[in-house]
Amino acid sequence: MVDFDAIRTQAISEWESLGKSPEPVIFIGTATCGRAAGASDVLEAINTALERHKIKANITQVGCLGLCYAEPLVDIIKPKRPRIHYGNLTPELAAQLIEDYLIKDNPHPDLALGTSGNGKLPDIPQLYELPVLKPQVRIALRNCGIIDPENINHYIARGGYSGLAKALEITPEAVISEVQKSGLRGRGGAGFPTGLKWEFSRKARGEPKYIICNADEGDPGAFMDRSLLEGDPHAVLEGILIGAYAIGANQGYIYIRAEYPLAIERLKVALRQMADYGLLGDNILGSGFSFHLKIKEGAGAFVCGEETAMIASIEGKRGMPRSRPPFPANSGLWGKPTNINNVETWANVSAILERGAEWYASYGTEKSKGTKTFALAGKINRTGLIEVPMGITLKEIIYGIGGGIPDGKRFRAVQTGGPSGGCLPESLLDLPVDYDSLAQAGSIMGSGGMIVLDEDNCIVDTARYFLTFTQAESCGKCVPCRLGTKQMLNILEDITGGHGKPEDIDLLGRLSNSVKAGSLCALGGTAPNPALTTLRYFRDEYEEHIVQKKCRALVCAALTSYYILPDKCQGCLICLRNCPVEAISGDKRQVHIIDQSKCISCGVCLEVCPPKFGAVVKVSGEEIETPARPIPITASKPSKGTTSHE
Amino acid sequence: MDLNAKKQLDDILSDYTRDSSDLIPILQAAQERFGYLPEEIMVGIAKFLKLPPSAVYGVSTFYAQFKLTPTGKRTVKVCRGTACHVRGADRILQEIEKKLSIKPGETTEDLEYSLETIACFGSCALAPVTVVDKAVHGRMTPQKVRQILTDSK
Repeated sequence: MVDFDAIRTQAISEWESLGKSPEPVIFIGTATCGRAAGASDVLEAINTALERHKIKANITQVGCLGLCYAEPLVDIIKPKRPRIHYGNLTPELAAQLIEDYLIKDNPHPDLALGTSGNGKLPDIPQLYELPVLKPQVRIALRNCGIIDPENINHYIARGGYSGLAKALEITPEAVISEVQKSGLRGRGGAGFPTGLKWEFSRKARGEPKYIICNADEGDPGAFMDRSLLEGDPHAVLEGILIGAYAIGANQGYIYIRAEYPLAIERLKVALRQMADYGLLGDNILGSGFSFHLKIKEGAGAFVCGEETAMIASIEGKRGMPRSRPPFPANSGLWGKPTNINNVETWANVSAILERGAEWYASYGTEKSKGTKTFALAGKINRTGLIEVPMGITLKEIIYGIGGGIPDGKRFRAVQTGGPSGGCLPESLLDLPVDYDSLAQAGSIMGSGGMIVLDEDNCIVDTARYFLTFTQAESCGKCVPCRLGTKQMLNILEDITGGHGKPEDIDLLGRLSNSVKAGSLCALGGTAPNPALTTLRYFRDEYEEHIVQKKCRALVCAALTSYYILPDKCQGCLICLRNCPVEAISGDKRQVHIIDQSKCISCGVCLEVCPPKFGAVVKVSGEEIETPARPIPITASKPSKGTTSHE
Repeated sequence: MDLNAKKQLDDILSDYTRDSSDLIPILQAAQERFGYLPEEIMVGIAKFLKLPPSAVYGVSTFYAQFKLTPTGKRTVKVCRGTACHVRGADRILQEIEKKLSIKPGETTEDLEYSLETIACFGSCALAPVTVVDKAVHGRMTPQKVRQILTDSK
């Protein structure tokens, strides 16, 4: 029999030795986003510097701490010092840091974001006191960016698999009741109570039963599940085991999109380690409970995030949804009872069993317990992966954690829930983030994409963008979704293309409601949300596009035009030579003119016009008077410091 | 099917039983090997799994990952996720289309480049993102397009 206590004791001593060893420990975030930001080059520079100075150090690759705006991130622990977190490192800065901190003992407060662990250092704030982290409660992401995701001992040392050990000592019914008491709801977006879902599968008749982990994170603008699987795969896997025990399943699948190669790799490593420790396979931890888990890679179909479509895909078929009932709990994979939960839900399950339902339910609101992760991106200063208690307001997230809008621009809208969600205006910034408040406002919690739009983003174009996505991803099985999304997209393309008619607004609204009511699955059922919410909160912008032919954000190309200001043009020929359609006439030292009938609004002239001249302007809904043909320059040469137009 | 292709297919199929739920993994492995899914390979897979060829064709045309025509030596993927969209992915795509003279889903005549768009790469903090083979280029600008296309040569 496997002795879990012995495994745990050994794991804890390995983890604790990290801070005590005479060798410094260097952690580097090498999740996909860290690598994209240059972490591999930084790692190489660190290795070279260590070699050059003949320093022995323990280098550990970790997942994502969520401070994406500060990638690449490197942490260093020296003996008897707190862990110092450094951000925005380049290979040069990293090499310098190795020399300065490890040899000369200068901790470089200028490069440090903060410290964590015991002890303080002058001029370096504490990491978890920073505005970006202080409002956060990290439960699902508890280990991301802190532990080595490829070392199961790190996970176990921080409480991992204790939840499973506890679950195996009580009855499956007691496990379900614990999850029900925690108030956990499905984090994939729909928010169905997890414990209740398990109870349905537990009570369903038929053998064998299956468990599926939905890791087919398909919403554009969402990367929570990827980060979680890359940064702490065992948190998810432990949750799956607990769920399998609770419903009585012996076989499970992780359905993960093929676009996440690193997450797949980390899962494979984790599964091998679990098997080695007797945490997977037959007779887990000597309890008599057996469970086998397989990875199934998706092949690029958004609709497979829908439960019944995912089941079809695992069976090797086209991933098309079917009508429900019967629900997967009764008739799922190969017609057997099947329980599907999303990655983040599973990571919460392991925490709930480890620390108890009451502890979990102490976070959040009455109907939305616990925390939710969000991928905060778009026009925001501190993009990142965050986890907040339910009930926090949008404003606290965007302005507190996210640090507001860059470049002094004005907030326009926040988009939650991706292509199934909606755009919320400034007036709703005090809205608490929970399932019910967001649904009432016409959006959804969704899986966790949160994209901030500023004054340079066009609301109608954003609705068009999401419809382009859902229309292309519609599987085509049911008519409302297949044809409805196409017609909705046509209307939105008309409006952004300058051909909108006043009656289009009403038609789009009615069509949206029909698609919502008549579609077979959640893809079609929620596809109209971006259109419906923008119609509800930003109707004036639709009207501007249709009546005044104006796009105030200057995004819709068909509604924008470019002019050369006669008093600014220096007749330098640059725009004339770069215009792809020869719409610009002029000569040296002559004011250039754009022929509006030839212009395709590509914007090249504005881009190439030297900033010191700033002679090209972009406008919408207005005309600027220019000479009929090129005339000699009368304007004086610009003085230094003339600002450019945008 | 030529002998070499048949040998390669048999080699792939030796890892699988004749369980039709393995169709997608088999197609993925075949595409990895051949770069795309030639017709005779799909027919061979159908025979192996005792499925009608139409079922294999149905699956391979349903999922975006599968290609039925040869692809270029290098693949340029432009992310069209929300964060990339609001930070100007359209301009990046236009610039690449212009430089390569192909549209998404197409391959240059010299089989050098294929152009694709992806729904979301999940590196939203670095938006807009373009991926050339496995190299991720963040914070793209139209000006950087030329550079990443030359660098990859």
